[in-house]
Amino acid sequence: MSSRDLVLARVRQALADVPGGEGPGDGGTGGQGSAGPPVVRDYHRVHGSRTQAQTVDLLAENLADYRAIVHRTDAEGLPGLIGRLLAERGARSVLVPPGLDASWTTGADVTLVEDRVSSTARELDRVDSVLTGCAVAVAETGTLILDAGPGQGRRRITLVPDHHLCVVRVPDQVVGSVPEALPRVAPDRPLTWISGPSATSDIELDRVEGVHGPRTLEVILLSAAQRAD
Amino acid sequence: MSGTYLGMPAFPRAAATATRDTRLRANLTHATRTIRDKRAKAVAELDDWAELRAAGAAVKDRTLRHLDHYLEQLEAAVTAAGGQVHWALDADEANRIVTRLVRETGETEVVKVKSMATQEIGLNEALARAGIRAYETDLAELIVQLGHDRPSHILVPAIHRNRAEIRDIFRREMASWGRPAPEGLTDSPAELAEAARLHLREKFLSAKVGISGANFMVAETGTLVVVESEGNGRMCLTLPETLISVVGIEKVVPEWQDLEIFLQLLPRSSTAERMNPYTSTWTGTTDGDGPQTFHLVLLDNGRTDTLADTVGRQALRCIRCSACLNVCPVYERAGGHAYGSPYPGPIGAILTPQLRGLAGPLEESLPYASSLCGACYEVCPVAIDIPEVLVHLRERVVQGGPVTLGGTRTVLQPAKGHAAERAAMRAAGWAFDHPGALRTGMRLAARTRRLHPRRLPGPGRVWSRTRDLPEVPAESFRDWWQRTRGTSSGRGTWAEPGTSSEPGTSSEQRGDAK
Repeated sequence: MSSRDLVLARVRQALADVPGGEGPGDGGTGGQGSAGPPVVRDYHRVHGSRTQAQTVDLLAENLADYRAIVHRTDAEGLPGLIGRLLAERGARSVLVPPGLDASWTTGADVTLVEDRVSSTARELDRVDSVLTGCAVAVAETGTLILDAGPGQGRRRITLVPDHHLCVVRVPDQVVGSVPEALPRVAPDRPLTWISGPSATSDIELDRVEGVHGPRTLEVILLSAAQRAD
Repeated sequence: MSGTYLGMPAFPRAAATATRDTRLRANLTHATRTIRDKRAKAVAELDDWAELRAAGAAVKDRTLRHLDHYLEQLEAAVTAAGGQVHWALDADEANRIVTRLVRETGETEVVKVKSMATQEIGLNEALARAGIRAYETDLAELIVQLGHDRPSHILVPAIHRNRAEIRDIFRREMASWGRPAPEGLTDSPAELAEAARLHLREKFLSAKVGISGANFMVAETGTLVVVESEGNGRMCLTLPETLISVVGIEKVVPEWQDLEIFLQLLPRSSTAERMNPYTSTWTGTTDGDGPQTFHLVLLDNGRTDTLADTVGRQALRCIRCSACLNVCPVYERAGGHAYGSPYPGPIGAILTPQLRGLAGPLEESLPYASSLCGACYEVCPVAIDIPEVLVHLRERVVQGGPVTLGGTRTVLQPAKGHAAERAAMRAAGWAFDHPGALRTGMRLAARTRRLHPRRLPGPGRVWSRTRDLPEVPAESFRDWWQRTRGTSSGRGTWAEPGTSSEPGTSSEQRGDAK
């Protein structure tokens, strides 16, 4: 008997008390004929009611609360803002994932480093900044979700450089809560959820930003209204 | 201090030593109080916490009740996504599998994400015996590893160390593992974190094999989830060519949607954050992004034995948030090492004896490592009734009874050393059945109270060594009631052996007469 078969046999033997009629399913109602506990999803889909603008404000507030630096602009102001932020940091090179809107970097006086599958971690380590979009942002938790889609690139590029500049299109990429976020991303893609810069609380539970991931996370909330002009 | 838990003394002895360590107690008191207050605030932000908690518990229970189904579903989904699934009955088998997988890559160094499962099986030591060096990359695990120490907290393994101790460890040890600590390193947390960053980055950039655990596995999709803060997890999960994840079989959840519950419960319960800085999910392998070879090692190691206990199986709901440690008065004073396993605190007190079986003095002592105050149950985000399981396990220790060990049902014999307790309980049972004897005994105890020793002699010595004997009052409650509420002539109406009147009845009668 293989270990696989043994483990499964032990599981089945351990569950001798579970009635034969009880199916796995989603737990059903837990009513008649079911000895198992019901799975009741009566928690909120979102906490509180907000307008779209208030949801975006909450995102900005919660991002800032975990020491991300938040900026707001429109399509017209975006290249200038990106150029200014990179210049202020003294960044000379910036990583750009495939599929990134080329207009975003027109105001930046830096070397653009295209991410390729062949580029090594050491090469990424020599780059000053990385510029990406995102898939979804979660207001209640101040979280950016990247799903490796166009304009976001591989998981490693937002990890190795010390400065991550992330553009969120508001309000269409912003959801209120974690339950609202999950259906918007596909589990078969690798996901990275980012809430503030890298941090540790391992020394006397004092929170320190910047351990292994980017020490600086800047988020640009790109508003749609003016973008349509 | 050695890196393994073998031969750990039983809890009372280890705790007696730990509680005398004033620096340890100061470090722990500071840390646990800080996190306790922050957690309460983070939880209070969600007005549906009770509903989330109930849903989390129910999803986990449902999954456990059909674990075979979900494990097979998970295996199929991971395999379909390009991963390879291995099954390990126990620690030895898991270590053999991982060692073989690392050897097949030709590498002799691996980078590791902090993982309770690999601590539990002693993977680092097993790899070392095979000539493979495992580098812990979580800051706290690095502190523990460099300090030749053992973790003492689920979430903050170096919670017992303060910043000055950490600086000393870095200065002394970093050079022999790689990049030395920077000159003039101070004990500021920011500088210490920076030293760890520099020290470990070399390892990340050259690592070919990463080893992790997982916080959750989604059966429906084959997705694994790792929740972390520093980015060391992301480094280990994405930079190496080969990823090996060792995960306990209880970590499976049925559906993608279930993550909406646990990704709300876990961060707020553990670090008191709305969300931890980084969460990574991956499903098998992805072309051109991350490791191109992925192995999942599913670990039993006592979990199916735990599952067989209908009271104790709720311990397998645990999502390792460590909230129960931070509120536990016993943990706060004794520290994590006293629990003799990677799982300290209240959850360790029920998990370790179940995973290993009530197999020795340490495991038998752990169900007693609690004041049964219930704070751990209150904060548990998946509502594990830890006090209930503690009492259940105490009964097993004292009385013996049916257990499952290594998949075989057997009857546990009462533990040695509890004979006096059983005798005392039998005597108490007899006394409560014989009210007259009880009354005589209480009076005798009250009259001789000045003569009572602070520690019991003879067979009671073991019991009283770790407890303060209760002081006997000058007058028993029954006598007080008699004196103040009863009639003076009522004294004689209390049941003596051989009389038929019930104490309750006679007192009621007197109440009516008043």
